[in-house]
Amino acid sequence: MESKSASIQRKSTNILEKPLSKGRGEINLSTFAFLFSELVQYCQNRSSSVVDLQQKLASLGHHVGTRILDALYLRERGSKRELRLLQALIFVKTTVWKSCFGREADKLELSNDDEKTYYIIENESLVNKFIFVPKDKGSLNCAAFSGGIIEAVLNGLNFPCNVTVHWHKGTTYMIKFEESVLMREKSLESR
Amino acid sequence: MSRQTPRVSVEGRKFSSEVFALTYGALVAQLLKDYENDDDVNKQLDKMGYSMGVRMIEDFLARNNIGRCHDFRDTADIIAKNGFKTFLGITPNVTNWSTDGKEFSLILDNNPLTEFVELPENHSSLSFSNILCGALRGALEMVQMEVEVWFVQDSLKGDDTTEIRLKFIKKLEDALPDGED
Repeated sequence: MESKSASIQRKSTNILEKPLSKGRGEINLSTFAFLFSELVQYCQNRSSSVVDLQQKLASLGHHVGTRILDALYLRERGSKRELRLLQALIFVKTTVWKSCFGREADKLELSNDDEKTYYIIENESLVNKFIFVPKDKGSLNCAAFSGGIIEAVLNGLNFPCNVTVHWHKGTTYMIKFEESVLMREKSLESR
Repeated sequence: MSRQTPRVSVEGRKFSSEVFALTYGALVAQLLKDYENDDDVNKQLDKMGYSMGVRMIEDFLARNNIGRCHDFRDTADIIAKNGFKTFLGITPNVTNWSTDGKEFSLILDNNPLTEFVELPENHSSLSFSNILCGALRGALEMVQMEVEVWFVQDSLKGDDTTEIRLKFIKKLEDALPDGED
Protein backbone atom coordinates (compact mmCIF):
# COMPACT_ATOMS: atom_id res chain seq x y z
CA MET A 1 0.00 0.00 0.00
CA GLU A 2 2.75 2.33 1.00
CA SER A 3 4.74 1.77 -2.13
CA LYS A 4 1.67 2.37 -4.24
CA SER A 5 0.91 5.75 -2.77
CA ALA A 6 4.57 6.66 -3.14
CA SER A 7 4.52 5.83 -6.79
CA ILE A 8 1.39 7.86 -7.37
CA GLN A 9 3.06 10.83 -5.76
CA ARG A 10 6.10 10.29 -7.88
CA LYS A 11 4.20 10.58 -11.11
CA SER A 12 3.28 14.19 -10.84
CA THR A 13 1.75 14.49 -14.30
CA ASN A 14 -0.43 11.75 -15.60
CA ILE A 15 -0.05 11.37 -19.34
CA LEU A 16 -3.77 11.88 -19.90
CA GLU A 17 -3.65 15.22 -18.18
CA LYS A 18 -1.08 16.56 -20.57
CA PRO A 19 -2.51 18.45 -23.54
CA LEU A 20 -2.42 16.58 -26.85
CA SER A 21 0.25 17.99 -29.12
CA LYS A 22 -0.79 19.70 -32.33
CA GLY A 23 0.89 16.93 -34.26
CA ARG A 24 3.21 19.19 -36.19
CA GLY A 25 6.37 17.93 -34.55
CA GLU A 26 8.90 16.73 -37.05
CA ILE A 27 12.10 14.80 -37.03
CA ASN A 28 14.63 13.98 -39.67
CA LEU A 29 13.43 11.41 -42.19
CA SER A 30 16.76 9.57 -41.97
CA THR A 31 16.25 8.96 -38.27
CA PHE A 32 13.04 7.15 -39.11
CA ALA A 33 14.71 5.31 -41.97
CA PHE A 34 17.46 4.03 -39.67
CA LEU A 35 14.96 2.96 -37.05
CA PHE A 36 12.75 1.27 -39.61
CA SER A 37 15.73 -0.59 -40.98
CA GLU A 38 16.45 -1.97 -37.50
CA LEU A 39 12.81 -2.96 -37.20
CA VAL A 40 12.93 -4.87 -40.46
CA GLN A 41 16.19 -6.61 -39.54
CA TYR A 42 14.86 -7.58 -36.15
CA CYS A 43 11.69 -9.03 -37.66
CA GLN A 44 13.67 -10.76 -40.37
CA ASN A 45 15.90 -12.51 -37.86
CA ARG A 46 12.83 -13.92 -36.21
CA SER A 47 10.94 -14.92 -39.34
CA SER A 48 11.15 -18.09 -41.33
CA SER A 49 9.58 -16.73 -44.50
CA VAL A 50 8.71 -13.56 -46.36
CA VAL A 51 5.07 -13.98 -45.41
CA ASP A 52 6.03 -14.31 -41.79
CA LEU A 53 8.22 -11.21 -41.95
CA GLN A 54 5.43 -9.19 -43.55
CA GLN A 55 3.03 -10.32 -40.87
CA LYS A 56 5.41 -9.16 -38.17
CA LEU A 57 5.80 -5.78 -39.84
CA ALA A 58 2.04 -5.51 -40.18
CA SER A 59 1.56 -6.19 -36.51
CA LEU A 60 3.97 -3.37 -35.66
CA GLY A 61 1.99 -1.17 -38.03
CA HIS A 62 -1.13 -2.20 -36.16
CA HIS A 63 0.33 -0.87 -32.96
CA VAL A 64 0.93 2.49 -34.63
CA GLY A 65 -2.43 2.55 -36.45
CA THR A 66 -4.65 2.03 -33.42
CA ARG A 67 -2.88 4.82 -31.60
CA ILE A 68 -2.64 7.36 -34.39
CA LEU A 69 -6.38 6.89 -34.96
CA ASP A 70 -7.10 8.07 -31.43
CA ALA A 71 -4.88 11.10 -31.78
CA LEU A 72 -6.33 12.04 -35.18
CA TYR A 73 -9.91 11.71 -34.05
CA LEU A 74 -9.44 13.91 -31.06
CA ARG A 75 -7.46 16.47 -32.95
CA GLU A 76 -8.68 16.64 -36.51
CA ARG A 77 -12.24 15.49 -36.39
CA GLY A 78 -13.51 16.74 -33.09
CA SER A 79 -14.25 13.12 -32.16
CA LYS A 80 -16.82 12.78 -34.94
CA ARG A 81 -16.94 9.28 -36.30
CA GLU A 82 -17.12 8.23 -39.93
CA LEU A 83 -20.20 6.12 -40.70
CA ARG A 84 -19.95 5.54 -44.41
CA LEU A 85 -17.46 3.25 -46.03
CA LEU A 86 -16.28 5.62 -48.70
CA GLN A 87 -15.76 8.43 -46.21
CA ALA A 88 -13.72 6.13 -44.00
CA LEU A 89 -11.53 5.14 -46.94
CA ILE A 90 -11.05 8.75 -47.95
CA PHE A 91 -10.12 9.52 -44.36
CA VAL A 92 -7.37 6.90 -44.61
CA LYS A 93 -6.16 8.06 -48.00
CA THR A 94 -6.03 11.72 -47.02
CA THR A 95 -5.89 12.52 -43.31
CA VAL A 96 -4.16 9.40 -42.05
CA TRP A 97 -1.65 9.28 -44.87
CA LYS A 98 -0.88 12.96 -44.61
CA SER A 99 -0.18 12.83 -40.94
CA CYS A 100 1.82 9.62 -41.17
CA PHE A 101 3.78 10.16 -44.35
CA GLY A 102 3.45 13.85 -45.13
CA ARG A 103 1.27 13.49 -48.21
CA GLU A 104 -1.87 11.80 -49.43
CA ALA A 105 -1.82 8.35 -50.92
CA ASP A 106 -1.98 8.48 -54.72
CA LYS A 107 -5.13 6.58 -55.56
CA LEU A 108 -8.19 4.94 -54.13
CA GLU A 109 -9.96 2.43 -56.35
CA LEU A 110 -12.85 0.01 -56.15
CA SER A 111 -12.27 -3.44 -57.54
CA ASN A 112 -14.06 -4.13 -60.84
CA ASP A 113 -15.34 -7.51 -59.88
CA ASP A 114 -15.74 -7.44 -56.11
CA GLU A 115 -17.58 -4.74 -54.24
CA LYS A 116 -15.93 -5.75 -50.98
CA THR A 117 -12.45 -5.01 -52.28
CA TYR A 118 -10.82 -1.61 -52.48
CA TYR A 119 -7.30 -0.57 -53.38
CA ILE A 120 -5.19 2.22 -52.03
CA ILE A 121 -2.24 2.82 -54.31
CA GLU A 122 0.98 4.52 -53.48
CA ASN A 123 3.47 5.07 -56.30
CA GLU A 124 6.44 5.44 -54.05
CA SER A 125 6.01 4.28 -50.51
CA LEU A 126 8.03 6.28 -48.02
CA VAL A 127 8.92 3.25 -45.94
CA ASN A 128 10.30 1.49 -49.01
CA LYS A 129 12.35 4.42 -50.12
CA PHE A 130 15.52 3.30 -48.41
CA ILE A 131 15.02 -0.42 -48.70
CA PHE A 132 16.68 -2.57 -51.26
CA VAL A 133 14.91 -5.88 -51.67
CA PRO A 134 17.31 -8.74 -52.37
CA LYS A 135 16.54 -10.89 -55.40
CA ASP A 136 15.75 -14.02 -53.43
CA LYS A 137 13.08 -12.13 -51.52
CA GLY A 138 11.52 -10.49 -54.55
CA SER A 139 8.00 -10.51 -53.21
CA LEU A 140 8.92 -8.80 -49.94
CA ASN A 141 7.28 -5.44 -49.51
CA CYS A 142 8.07 -3.68 -46.27
CA ALA A 143 5.07 -1.44 -46.81
CA ALA A 144 3.32 -4.28 -44.98
CA PHE A 145 3.97 -1.95 -42.07
CA SER A 146 1.76 0.76 -43.62
CA GLY A 147 -0.73 -1.96 -44.50
CA GLY A 148 -0.92 -2.72 -40.79
CA ILE A 149 -1.66 0.94 -40.10
CA ILE A 150 -4.53 0.93 -42.64
CA GLU A 151 -5.99 -2.25 -41.20
CA ALA A 152 -5.83 -0.99 -37.65
CA VAL A 153 -7.40 2.35 -38.53
CA LEU A 154 -10.29 0.79 -40.47
CA ASN A 155 -10.87 -1.85 -37.82
CA GLY A 156 -10.79 0.86 -35.19
CA LEU A 157 -13.47 2.73 -37.13
CA ASN A 158 -15.52 -0.45 -37.08
CA PHE A 159 -15.03 -1.38 -40.71
CA PRO A 160 -13.51 -4.82 -40.18
CA CYS A 161 -11.22 -5.74 -43.04
CA ASN A 162 -8.10 -7.53 -44.07
CA VAL A 163 -5.27 -5.67 -45.79
CA THR A 164 -2.63 -7.25 -47.99
CA VAL A 165 0.26 -5.56 -49.74
CA HIS A 166 1.29 -6.06 -53.35
CA TRP A 167 3.86 -4.73 -55.77
CA HIS A 168 1.62 -3.24 -58.40
CA LYS A 169 1.87 0.33 -59.76
CA GLY A 170 4.23 0.94 -56.88
CA THR A 171 2.63 -0.43 -53.79
CA THR A 172 -1.00 -1.46 -53.79
CA TYR A 173 -2.82 -2.11 -50.55
CA MET A 174 -5.67 -4.49 -51.14
CA ILE A 175 -8.43 -3.96 -48.61
CA LYS A 176 -11.02 -6.71 -48.33
CA PHE A 177 -13.96 -5.79 -46.12
CA GLU A 178 -16.09 -8.26 -44.26
CA GLU A 179 -19.60 -8.97 -45.50
CA SER A 180 -21.10 -7.17 -42.49
CA VAL A 181 -19.62 -3.87 -43.64
CA LEU A 182 -21.38 -4.10 -46.98
CA MET A 183 -24.65 -5.07 -45.35
CA ARG A 184 -24.54 -2.11 -43.03
CA GLU A 185 -23.65 0.13 -45.94
CA LYS A 186 -26.73 -1.05 -47.86
CA SER A 187 -29.04 -0.53 -44.94
CA LEU A 188 -27.71 3.01 -44.56
CA GLU A 189 -28.33 3.64 -48.24
CA SER A 190 -31.92 2.56 -48.10
CA ARG A 191 -32.70 5.00 -45.33
CA MET B 1 21.72 20.17 -73.45
CA SER B 2 19.60 18.37 -70.98
CA ARG B 3 20.09 19.54 -67.46
CA GLN B 4 21.63 17.11 -65.10
CA THR B 5 19.05 15.23 -63.17
CA PRO B 6 19.05 16.56 -59.65
CA ARG B 7 20.62 14.22 -57.18
CA VAL B 8 18.13 12.38 -55.08
CA SER B 9 18.38 14.21 -51.83
CA VAL B 10 16.74 13.58 -48.55
CA GLU B 11 18.10 16.80 -47.19
CA GLY B 12 15.41 18.54 -45.26
CA ARG B 13 12.98 15.69 -45.65
CA LYS B 14 10.97 15.50 -42.48
CA PHE B 15 8.94 12.82 -40.84
CA SER B 16 6.13 13.10 -38.33
CA SER B 17 7.58 12.88 -34.86
CA GLU B 18 4.35 11.33 -33.59
CA VAL B 19 4.48 8.41 -35.97
CA PHE B 20 8.17 8.05 -35.23
CA ALA B 21 7.44 7.88 -31.50
CA LEU B 22 4.66 5.36 -32.06
CA THR B 23 6.86 3.23 -34.29
CA TYR B 24 9.53 3.19 -31.62
CA GLY B 25 6.87 2.32 -29.08
CA ALA B 26 5.75 -0.56 -31.27
CA LEU B 27 9.32 -1.82 -31.32
CA VAL B 28 9.75 -1.63 -27.54
CA ALA B 29 6.38 -3.29 -26.98
CA GLN B 30 7.40 -6.10 -29.32
CA LEU B 31 10.73 -6.56 -27.53
CA LEU B 32 8.94 -6.76 -24.22
CA LYS B 33 6.86 -9.59 -25.63
CA ASP B 34 9.87 -11.38 -27.10
CA TYR B 35 12.26 -11.14 -24.16
CA GLU B 36 11.89 -12.40 -20.66
CA ASN B 37 13.01 -9.42 -18.67
CA ASP B 38 13.60 -5.71 -18.86
CA ASP B 39 17.38 -6.01 -18.77
CA ASP B 40 17.42 -8.09 -21.93
CA VAL B 41 15.20 -5.55 -23.62
CA ASN B 42 17.57 -2.78 -22.57
CA LYS B 43 20.45 -4.72 -24.05
CA GLN B 44 18.62 -5.34 -27.30
CA LEU B 45 17.69 -1.65 -27.59
CA ASP B 46 21.29 -0.71 -26.98
CA LYS B 47 22.41 -3.13 -29.67
CA MET B 48 19.96 -1.74 -32.20
CA GLY B 49 20.98 1.79 -31.30
CA TYR B 50 24.60 0.84 -31.80
CA SER B 51 24.02 -0.43 -35.29
CA MET B 52 22.01 2.70 -36.09
CA GLY B 53 24.75 4.93 -34.68
CA VAL B 54 27.46 3.26 -36.70
CA ARG B 55 25.59 4.22 -39.86
CA MET B 56 24.19 7.53 -38.70
CA ILE B 57 27.60 9.08 -38.14
CA GLU B 58 28.35 8.77 -41.82
CA ASP B 59 25.08 10.42 -42.74
CA PHE B 60 25.83 13.10 -40.19
CA LEU B 61 29.37 13.85 -41.39
CA ALA B 62 28.20 13.92 -44.99
CA ARG B 63 25.60 16.58 -44.31
CA ASN B 64 27.34 18.73 -41.77
CA ASN B 65 30.58 20.42 -42.50
CA ILE B 66 32.32 19.56 -39.28
CA GLY B 67 36.02 19.19 -38.74
CA ARG B 68 37.91 17.22 -36.18
CA CYS B 69 37.13 17.82 -32.52
CA HIS B 70 40.03 19.10 -30.44
CA ASP B 71 38.90 17.64 -27.18
CA PHE B 72 36.00 15.87 -25.53
CA ARG B 73 34.33 19.20 -24.79
CA ASP B 74 34.20 19.92 -28.48
CA THR B 75 32.70 16.51 -29.04
CA ALA B 76 30.06 17.12 -26.41
CA ASP B 77 29.03 20.38 -28.06
CA ILE B 78 28.80 18.84 -31.50
CA ILE B 79 26.72 15.95 -30.19
CA ALA B 80 24.25 18.26 -28.53
CA LYS B 81 24.08 21.16 -30.97
CA ASN B 82 24.50 19.26 -34.21
CA GLY B 83 23.94 15.56 -33.67
CA PHE B 84 20.75 15.67 -31.66
CA LYS B 85 19.59 18.69 -33.63
CA THR B 86 20.03 16.95 -36.99
CA PHE B 87 18.36 13.70 -36.09
CA LEU B 88 15.82 14.47 -33.41
CA GLY B 89 15.37 18.21 -33.70
CA ILE B 90 16.25 18.89 -30.08
CA THR B 91 19.28 20.45 -28.43
CA PRO B 92 20.12 18.92 -25.07
CA ASN B 93 22.15 20.90 -22.54
CA VAL B 94 25.67 19.79 -21.84
CA THR B 95 26.44 19.95 -18.12
CA ASN B 96 27.86 18.20 -15.08
CA TRP B 97 31.39 17.87 -16.34
CA SER B 98 33.65 15.73 -14.21
CA THR B 99 36.81 17.48 -13.05
CA ASP B 100 39.02 15.48 -15.37
CA GLY B 101 36.88 16.47 -18.33
CA LYS B 102 36.14 12.90 -19.29
CA GLU B 103 32.51 12.67 -18.30
CA PHE B 104 29.51 14.86 -18.97
CA SER B 105 25.75 14.76 -19.01
CA LEU B 106 23.21 15.58 -21.67
CA ILE B 107 19.98 16.98 -20.27
CA LEU B 108 16.98 16.43 -22.52
CA ASP B 109 14.12 18.77 -21.83
CA ASN B 110 11.89 16.86 -24.12
CA ASN B 111 12.48 13.46 -25.54
CA PRO B 112 10.71 12.79 -28.85
CA LEU B 113 10.79 9.04 -28.19
CA THR B 114 8.59 9.26 -25.14
CA GLU B 115 5.66 11.26 -26.46
CA PHE B 116 2.52 9.27 -25.52
CA VAL B 117 4.52 6.97 -23.25
CA GLU B 118 3.79 5.96 -19.71
CA LEU B 119 5.73 3.14 -18.12
CA PRO B 120 3.67 0.46 -16.46
CA GLU B 121 4.64 -0.16 -12.85
CA ASN B 122 5.94 -3.65 -13.49
CA HIS B 123 8.61 -2.41 -15.88
CA SER B 124 10.52 -0.22 -13.50
CA SER B 125 13.93 -1.38 -14.70
CA LEU B 126 13.15 -0.81 -18.38
CA SER B 127 15.27 1.92 -19.86
CA PHE B 128 12.77 2.93 -22.50
CA SER B 129 14.98 5.23 -24.54
CA ASN B 130 18.06 3.03 -24.30
CA ILE B 131 18.41 3.09 -28.06
CA LEU B 132 19.87 6.60 -27.67
CA CYS B 133 22.75 5.24 -25.58
CA GLY B 134 23.54 2.64 -28.21
CA ALA B 135 23.36 5.19 -31.02
CA LEU B 136 25.79 7.52 -29.24
CA ARG B 137 28.18 4.68 -28.51
CA GLY B 138 28.08 3.41 -32.09
CA ALA B 139 28.51 6.83 -33.66
CA LEU B 140 31.44 7.78 -31.44
CA GLU B 141 33.16 4.46 -32.00
CA MET B 142 33.25 5.23 -35.70
CA VAL B 143 35.21 8.39 -34.97
CA GLN B 144 37.67 6.47 -32.80
CA MET B 145 36.23 7.15 -29.40
CA GLU B 146 35.22 4.45 -27.03
CA VAL B 147 32.61 5.70 -24.61
CA GLU B 148 30.24 4.40 -22.03
CA VAL B 149 26.72 5.77 -22.16
CA TRP B 150 23.89 5.33 -19.68
CA PHE B 151 20.76 6.95 -18.32
CA VAL B 152 21.15 8.67 -14.96
CA GLN B 153 17.67 10.10 -14.78
CA ASP B 154 14.57 9.61 -16.87
CA SER B 155 11.49 11.76 -16.61
CA LEU B 156 9.47 8.70 -17.66
CA LYS B 157 10.36 7.23 -14.30
CA GLY B 158 9.26 10.31 -12.43
CA ASP B 159 12.65 12.03 -12.31
CA ASP B 160 12.73 15.77 -12.81
CA THR B 161 14.67 15.60 -16.04
CA THR B 162 16.11 13.15 -18.49
CA GLU B 163 19.86 12.87 -18.14
CA ILE B 164 22.20 10.80 -20.28
CA ARG B 165 25.76 10.37 -19.04
CA LEU B 166 28.71 9.91 -21.38
CA LYS B 167 32.09 8.73 -20.20
CA PHE B 168 35.18 8.79 -22.36
CA ILE B 169 37.07 5.50 -22.05
CA LYS B 170 39.84 5.66 -24.60
CA LYS B 171 40.83 6.73 -28.03
CA LEU B 172 40.69 3.85 -30.46
CA GLU B 173 43.71 3.60 -32.69
CA ASP B 174 43.05 3.47 -36.38
CA ALA B 175 43.02 -0.10 -37.40
CA LEU B 176 45.13 0.12 -40.51
CA PRO B 177 45.35 -2.81 -42.85
CA ASP B 178 48.57 -4.83 -42.78
CA GLY B 179 51.43 -3.33 -44.69
CA GLU B 180 50.30 0.26 -44.20
CA ASP B 181 52.22 2.52 -41.97
